[in-house]
Amino acid sequence: MTAQQSESQTTVSREEAMAPEAPLIRVENLTKVFSTRKSRRGLGLLPNKQTREGFCAVDDVSFQVQQGQTFVIMGLSGSGKSTIIRMVNRLIDATDGSITVGGKDVGAMMPTELRSYRNRTINMVFQHFGLFPHISLVNNVAFGLKVRGIDRETREAKAAEALTLVGLGDRIHAMPDQLSGGMKQRVGLARALATDAEILLMDEPFSALDPLIRKDMQELLIKLQRDFKKTIIFVTHDLNEAMYLGDRIMVMKQGKIVQCGTALELLEAPADPYIEAFVAEVDRSRVITAGMIARRETPSGAPDHESNRGDTPVRVAADIFLHELLPILATGTEQLQVVDEHGLPVGKLTAGEVFSALSPSKGNSNAS
Amino acid sequence: MRLDLGTWFAEVIDWLLANFGWFFDAVSWLVTLLVGQVSGVLIGLHPFLIIGLLATLAAVLTRSLGLTVYTMLAFLLIVSMGLWVESMSSLAVVLVSVVFSLAVGIPLGIWAALNSRVSAVVRPLLDLMQAMPVFVYLIPAVFFFGVGTVPGIAATIVFSIPPAVRLTELGIRNLDHELLEAAAAFGAKRGLTLKDVQLPLAFPSIMAGVNQVIMLALSMVVVAGMVGAGGLGGVVVQGVAQLDTARGFNGGLAVVILAVYLDRVTSGARSFGDVMRSRRIRKEQRAAEKMTAVAAGK
Repeated sequence: MTAQQSESQTTVSREEAMAPEAPLIRVENLTKVFSTRKSRRGLGLLPNKQTREGFCAVDDVSFQVQQGQTFVIMGLSGSGKSTIIRMVNRLIDATDGSITVGGKDVGAMMPTELRSYRNRTINMVFQHFGLFPHISLVNNVAFGLKVRGIDRETREAKAAEALTLVGLGDRIHAMPDQLSGGMKQRVGLARALATDAEILLMDEPFSALDPLIRKDMQELLIKLQRDFKKTIIFVTHDLNEAMYLGDRIMVMKQGKIVQCGTALELLEAPADPYIEAFVAEVDRSRVITAGMIARRETPSGAPDHESNRGDTPVRVAADIFLHELLPILATGTEQLQVVDEHGLPVGKLTAGEVFSALSPSKGNSNAS
Repeated sequence: MRLDLGTWFAEVIDWLLANFGWFFDAVSWLVTLLVGQVSGVLIGLHPFLIIGLLATLAAVLTRSLGLTVYTMLAFLLIVSMGLWVESMSSLAVVLVSVVFSLAVGIPLGIWAALNSRVSAVVRPLLDLMQAMPVFVYLIPAVFFFGVGTVPGIAATIVFSIPPAVRLTELGIRNLDHELLEAAAAFGAKRGLTLKDVQLPLAFPSIMAGVNQVIMLALSMVVVAGMVGAGGLGGVVVQGVAQLDTARGFNGGLAVVILAVYLDRVTSGARSFGDVMRSRRIRKEQRAAEKMTAVAAGK
C-alpha cells in the first residue's frame, strides 16, 4: 500500500520535474549474454571465465526515447531486438549496462517496485497476442487492472471502454479463440491501453497478421497515438512498417546498432550497404510526410509574394504522407502550405519537391 | 561385499514404528472413521436410491444418455449378483483414498511445476512409487496399521499419488510461455498468475490426473483384499483361494463395472468445465446484445 502510494507520488513529481529535453527512457551500454550452457553448474572444472562465454544477443546498445515518441527497433530475427524490449520491462535481466525510465534505474528495482512499474508505467503487446484463452475479451483487457486490485465493476467498465477504442466494443464477451488474428491483436492493444501506462512495448505486434490487416492495425495505432501520445518502443523486422510508424528508427544487426535516426535520415544517408539494401525496398510515398520535407520558413504573418501564379497555396497537414498529396497535385496545384496540428504554418512545398522526394535516386533535392 | 538394502529398509520401518506409532494410530483412526462414514451412507441407503444418484451424477457430468442407461443397468446387475454391499464398501475405500491422494498429489504437482529443484527430487520418488510392485507396499502398511481396511487404503494412496503429481506438473509446465510473459508484463504476482492463468489452463490435464488416480485406486482395491480390506477385493481373493471360478468372476465383473463408471464420469467431467464456461459466456453475450439493442433504441 505504502509502496504504491510512494510510486504514484514519484510519477507525479517526475512529470513536473522533467525538462522537455530529458528523455523518458535512457538506455546505456546495454548488453545481454545468454549462456549457451544449459546448466551453469557443469562439473565445476571450468574456470569462471569460460562459463561466462555464450551467445551475445545484445552488444553495448545505447539509445534514448523522448516522451510521446514512437521509437522503432528494426532488425532481422536474431538481431536482439526482442531481447532489448524485454530488458526494458525486465522480463529478461540485463548482463550489463543500465536502463533508466523516468529517472529510475530499472535494474535496481525491488520486486514490489518492479511489479508496480510493469503494471502502471509500462505495458506490453506481444507478437502472438498473449491473450488468456480461458477468459473473455473484457476479462483479458481488465487483467492489468485486476492485478492492480481494482474492483470488478470499475475494471470491466474500463476494459469495455478500451475495447470500444479499438473497435471491438460489441464483442466484449467473446472468447479469444472466436476472433481472427487482427482482432486478437486489437484486444492485445486494448489490454495495454486499459491500464493507462505511459509506455507501450510492442514486440512485432503486427508480424503475424495478413498484409491488409497489418495495414489496418498500423493505421489504428497511428490514430490512437494521435490521441494518447504514449511513448512507444516498437519492434519490427519490416522497414516499411518501421518508417511508417516510427519517429525514430534504430536498425540492429547481430546485437549491434547499425544506424539510428529518423526515417528521412535513413533514406537520405544509409550508413552501410545493409541499410541501403533495406531502404531500396521502402515505399517512400507512405513513409515521408509533408512535414519532413517542407521548406522551413520564418513564421511571419506577411503575405507570400514568392508564389509565381499568385494563387493561395493549398494547406496540408504536416503529418500527412506524400501518397495522400498526389490527388491534390494531380489537379494541377503547384504550391502547398504545410501546417501543424494547430493550423500554424510549418513550411512550403512545391509539386516538384514532392516528386523528387519520391524518386529513390535523387541527390538532396529537398534541401534546396 | 553384499549390500542388504532390504534389511536397512526394514530397520527404518521398525524405527518409524517405534517412534511414530502415535502418528500411525491417529491416521488409522481418521481413515477408519472416514471410510466408516462413507460406506455407512453408501450401504445404509437403499440400493435403488444410490443407483438413481449415480445415474443422475453421470447424466449431469457427461450429458450422455448411453452412460446413464449403462449406470442403471450395470449397478442393478451388481445388486442381482448379490455383491452390492461389497461394491459399495470398495467404492467407499476408493473415494477416501482418492481424496487423500489428490490432497497430497495436486499441491505437490503445483510445487514441482513452480520449482525445478522440487521437481528433480520428486520425479525419481514417483518413479519408485510407480514401479515398485504393489504388493510390496502392503508389508509395511500391515506393520503400521495392522490388518484390515486401513493398510489397504494406505497402500492405495501411495500407489495412486504419482499421476496426480505428474499430470498437474505437466499441465502447468506445458503452458504457452508467452502467456506467462504477458501475466508478468502486467505485474502479476506469482500467486495470481497461478490462480488466474496456470491452474485454469492446466485444468484438463489435472482432471486427467484425477481420472488416473481413481483408476489406479480401483485397481489397488483387489490387491488390498489380500490384507483383509474386504469389499470386492475380498470377494476376488476368496474366489482365488477357494478356486471358485464363479465367485471370482462375479467379483471381477463388479470391479469392471465400477471402473467403467468412474472412468467415464471423471473423463466426462473434464469437459464439464468447458460446457459450463461456454454456457456462462452465451448468457453474458445475450445480456450484452440486449444492452446494445437498448442503446441503439435510444
